[in-house]
Amino acid sequence: MKIGEHDWHLDPLGKHIWRGRMETGQLLALARAVKEEGGQLVALWGSDDRALGGGFGIHVVLLTSSGLAWVSCALAADALAYPDLAHIFPQADRMQRATFDLLGIHASDAVDDRKWLRHGAWAATAFPLRKDFDPGLPATRDTDAYPFIRVEGEGVHEIAVGPIHAGTIEPGHFRFSVIGERILRLEERMGYTHKGTEKRFEGMDIDTGAKLAGRVSGDTHSAYAWAYCMAVEMATASTVPDRAVWLRALFLEIERIANHLGDLGYLGNDVALSFGFMQFWRLKEDWLRLSAKLFGHRYLYDRIVPGGVAVDITDSGRAELAAEADRIEAEVRSLKTIYDEHATLQDRFSNTGIVKPELAARLGLTGLAGRASAQAWDARAQFPLAPYDQLDVSMATQRSGDVLARAEVRFAEIHESLRLVRALLECLPAGDLHAPLAAIQNVCEGIGWVESWRGEVVVAVRIGADGRLDRVHPHDPSWQNWPLVEVGVLGNIVPDFPLINKSFNLSYSGPDL
Amino acid sequence: MSTGILLQLAQTFLAILLAPLLMGWVNQCRAWLQGRNAPPITQPYRTLKKLFHKDAVIAHNASPLFRFAPYMIFACMALAAGIVPTIANDLPFSPAADVIALVGIFALARVFLALAAMDIGTSFGTLGARREMLVSFLAEPALLMVFFTASLISHSTELPVIVETLAHKEFVIYPSLAFAAVAFWMVSTAENARIPVDNPSTHLELTMIHEAMILEYSARHLALIEWAVALKLFTYSALGIALFLPWGIAARGDSAGAFSLAVGAILLKLMLGGAFLAFIEAISAKLRLFRAPEYLGTAFLLAVLGMLIHFLLEV
Repeated sequence: MKIGEHDWHLDPLGKHIWRGRMETGQLLALARAVKEEGGQLVALWGSDDRALGGGFGIHVVLLTSSGLAWVSCALAADALAYPDLAHIFPQADRMQRATFDLLGIHASDAVDDRKWLRHGAWAATAFPLRKDFDPGLPATRDTDAYPFIRVEGEGVHEIAVGPIHAGTIEPGHFRFSVIGERILRLEERMGYTHKGTEKRFEGMDIDTGAKLAGRVSGDTHSAYAWAYCMAVEMATASTVPDRAVWLRALFLEIERIANHLGDLGYLGNDVALSFGFMQFWRLKEDWLRLSAKLFGHRYLYDRIVPGGVAVDITDSGRAELAAEADRIEAEVRSLKTIYDEHATLQDRFSNTGIVKPELAARLGLTGLAGRASAQAWDARAQFPLAPYDQLDVSMATQRSGDVLARAEVRFAEIHESLRLVRALLECLPAGDLHAPLAAIQNVCEGIGWVESWRGEVVVAVRIGADGRLDRVHPHDPSWQNWPLVEVGVLGNIVPDFPLINKSFNLSYSGPDL
Repeated sequence: MSTGILLQLAQTFLAILLAPLLMGWVNQCRAWLQGRNAPPITQPYRTLKKLFHKDAVIAHNASPLFRFAPYMIFACMALAAGIVPTIANDLPFSPAADVIALVGIFALARVFLALAAMDIGTSFGTLGARREMLVSFLAEPALLMVFFTASLISHSTELPVIVETLAHKEFVIYPSLAFAAVAFWMVSTAENARIPVDNPSTHLELTMIHEAMILEYSARHLALIEWAVALKLFTYSALGIALFLPWGIAARGDSAGAFSLAVGAILLKLMLGGAFLAFIEAISAKLRLFRAPEYLGTAFLLAVLGMLIHFLLEV
């Protein structure tokens, strides 16, 4: 595969997916070439390969003009360092810090080498993702000293918010430095939902792994389950029946619609327009109840399984879902008119929490929020895998990068997803729902790439020769987008922060495994 | 005189007892307008009962002011409720304060609430207190202008005189009062921490004004503050009714029939007013905090316009 002038000797691993191994020295050059052609870094993680006869590994996934490039570098067990990528792709910063917390592999010359995920649940010298980590070690009782960057000067003071909030939301700490109401700096501190998910995957059988993968971030279940299954099917070179693939896409779009409806309601609620909140949540609830009726689970949990799907749709179910899609489309249209014409709501939404396109490109803003800041990436439109290659997905983008733009992208995507739901129902191919996975002989690996409602979800899987999972890394788009919330609020006033935060609606659990 | 005192006591206790009912009614209307099932109208009483049964949790570094403030705030609101005529006019308490002193009573309660909010030293309390002061220093002048407009007609800042002039003298349409009424509505929403200036039902601590100040309160202290909030809404409603829709308030020496009519009238007016408040809240979003000065500036301007119109048309 060529990027720029240079051929990087990456081999195709699947449609739009490339795989390569290189020396750590080459990694920087590759990253620069990708950055130059306008690509982005998507994910970065490490692995302990000592049981497979190596040392450690560092893995980087890059989004390039010809698809997703997954490159790995082997690291000797006595030289656990790789070149810092954060100066090329700032979004790598937290991934690098987390990789050190979990595996002890560090980026040399990194500007920020503070801990990220570790809060004192394990010692600074212990690395839980190493195979020889002893889980029986007592948790340390170190005080969690984390050096926030202080803003000094006359009239500056700090507001510390969270990790426990007044509402029932996920835990995260936000440290504001403000003058009056104006935000001078915001620093996030995450890692309060660490569950050891990646460690838990080790040695798990493939079917159970699908359940765990789907629970990485509860609101993105279908995307994670599909990405995991895609990776497993790639690793084992198994084929999935057409009908199953189409049903997976149906589940993914249903999930996207449900989340967007909920978010639009929340955005109304955050400006105290409870009317919008109630109406959108009524629609979301109808949508979830229909999912429960047709597929047996409100959030479609465990409907996507390795090798296919676990549930079919009947003809009457197809008619019912299509009719509900029509109804929701009409209702969303009239609700959008109300949002559009509500002067106070428009005043609150527009010019709030702006992320300019240049900044979004530099810092790697992705997914829905990225598209609201003119970062035109949507895997379904640009690198479509079946069945999206037959659906001609149109991408929703905005340029202004404010709360309003993120709401507009959601509206446009609801309509597009409703169209996709109808198209998927109409052209649903006949056939089996499930095919058994091919037998596993050797250590094998695969990667899944799915455009979730929030952004791209990537799941990389390595299966051992015994047919059990060796290393699974699920990547959430919130990794890239959280730092942009810090930047997007600058110059805004404190009471607008919840609205800005909600317009991104990022996952706390997804990037904290 | 003794009937006066009896009436005064009856009116004050009725206000204290009925205030949560008005809150419950507004909440009920809000729920209906949002398409929700409404909580029972007596829900605020249940909340108060629950809070009075709980043990108070107080920060270690709280000063006596923190404990004292809820009683002070409740007392201020109860006093204000006694002064504003709801059923009968010109009761013994009425001369205790004219409308200007009434603004002072509200301000006293606010000062105590803001001081108590800052007392513990949490960032939210300070944040809320600061914002409350921002809103109130703009709301108070507007409120005073509204009172001045009303008092120009009756040539007195005494509430009984104003009510007497408007309700029991020859019926005249005063255009100035229409402007003052709109201004009063706007100021009332700000003073009572309602939409569009504040959102009483938010859980987002960073956006709160009033709620941020009382985050540290629990149990009986919180109950008193919640009760005082309900009383404040009741008193403001009664004040609005006395100034702009005073018909039905009994005069001193009226018959028992007139008093029962007055009770019916005030209940009807509160019901309609509460439903209207809920309606306005249902269709409004909360303003950006820094738009609140413009909103209150508009209220002030309307009140001044009302005054000018009085001089142009009504003198």
